Amino acid sequence: MSNPQQLRYSKEHEWLSAAEDGVSTVGITEHAANALGDVVFVQLPEVGATVTSGESCGELESTKSVSELYSPLAGEVVEINQDVVDDPSLVNSAPFEGGWLFKVRVTGEQEELLSADEYTAYTAG
Amino acid sequence: MSSTALRHTALDALHRSLGAMMTDFAGWDMPLRYGSERDEHTAVRTRAGLFDLSHMGEITVTGPQAAALLDFALVGNIGGVRSGRARYTMICREDGGILDDLIVYRLADTEYMVVANASNAQVVLDALVERAAGFDAEVRDDRDAYALIAVQGPESPGILASLTDADLDGLKYYAGLPGTVAGVPALIARTGYTGEDGFELFVKPEHAVELWQALTRAGEGVGLVPCGLSCRDTLRLEAGMPLYGHELSTALTPFDAGLGRVVKFEKDGDFVGREALARAAEQALEKPPRVLVGLVAEGRRVPRAGFAVVAGGEVIGEVTSGAPSPTLGKPIAMAYVDAAHAAPGTSGVGVDIRGSHEPYEVVALPFYRRQK
Repeated sequence: MSNPQQLRYSKEHEWLSAAEDGVSTVGITEHAANALGDVVFVQLPEVGATVTSGESCGELESTKSVSELYSPLAGEVVEINQDVVDDPSLVNSAPFEGGWLFKVRVTGEQEELLSADEYTAYTAG
Repeated sequence: MSSTALRHTALDALHRSLGAMMTDFAGWDMPLRYGSERDEHTAVRTRAGLFDLSHMGEITVTGPQAAALLDFALVGNIGGVRSGRARYTMICREDGGILDDLIVYRLADTEYMVVANASNAQVVLDALVERAAGFDAEVRDDRDAYALIAVQGPESPGILASLTDADLDGLKYYAGLPGTVAGVPALIARTGYTGEDGFELFVKPEHAVELWQALTRAGEGVGLVPCGLSCRDTLRLEAGMPLYGHELSTALTPFDAGLGRVVKFEKDGDFVGREALARAAEQALEKPPRVLVGLVAEGRRVPRAGFAVVAGGEVIGEVTSGAPSPTLGKPIAMAYVDAAHAAPGTSGVGVDIRGSHEPYEVVALPFYRRQK
């Protein structure tokens, strides 16, 4: 698997796009999706909610387990991906594209994030 | 999770070449899934799946008093099993608590194979050896003598038939016969843990790779896929089959688990646990313990083992197994609940999922029954 170069990554296995007009997109990585197995339910933060860097803001359920969704940055949720709520398998089939989770207007500080190469090395260990 | 002490099956290298995600299961490094566990589940329901179950614990009991020993050591009527047939049974403690659930195959008049769960194989072996004192019978640890490969699903009879001359049409559910599959000597059993028709093939470990590859080739045209333990768990859950450590434990008798039918008081002679089990049977009639029921979610959050079942703000039970059901398309669970809330259709029952009470419907088990 390859982690797109233009994204930044958290150690909790979320990815974050570069901000456009102050808004970044958040998803989970292919590595995380593979580790979870078939995702069957995603609970996302509500539009308008404030998320805090490194804190839980939702959950992902797979056949075997439930995982917390951590926000890799602080800000206000401006959009959620209704497609992924309706069809959680998008997280597995297209984690970096159609399986994105939510968009945040960045207001506060970001967690220390990894580059694609750093994240690849981090997950290889 | 230490990988140093993990045991590996004869198919280990093959699993890795297939890209399996492995998991520590009862000290064995076993395939959890090869790709999507839901696809594997669906393959078994609609086509066929291939499983490595070599972690299961085989124990051979032989000798003139093999039947008498097993009638004493286990709760079932094992002497009454005909040669070539198998029986689902349990081994209990003196206090009636379940040590394990088992399948016992009668291979010959004086030879049985007891198949225990991997997690309990040593406990079962020790108990059988201890209980064999005074019987003219030998208990042999055959855990390393067998690899176990299962082919399960509606296409499995056709797949197996293409590789063997054995009379599969004459092989009934819960029967087993020695034969040759793909040139390899095998005990062919029509058993499984998926709720589908299927076979379990006990072979020597050195023949496992050859047999797996032959089954893979034979199943290519009909959609057979390798399947891991993850889908095995959802398949058995849909079929309402108990799993030791979840629905069964030493704290429960077979009557507590709703499986009192496996206890055969009418058989000859004493057996370990008889007195305690007789009391448990009476109590089950007079004052029913918690009842094992099915729960089907109205929402999408998944109940997991250990979650509380609630009604009217009170805890009325506990989930023992839960998962998203690929067949029903909804989360399902098995749970022990107070008898007052156990009737199918009981309303107002929920599961406490991380603090929120999610509504669930009480249903009769199993969730899924195959069309015959």
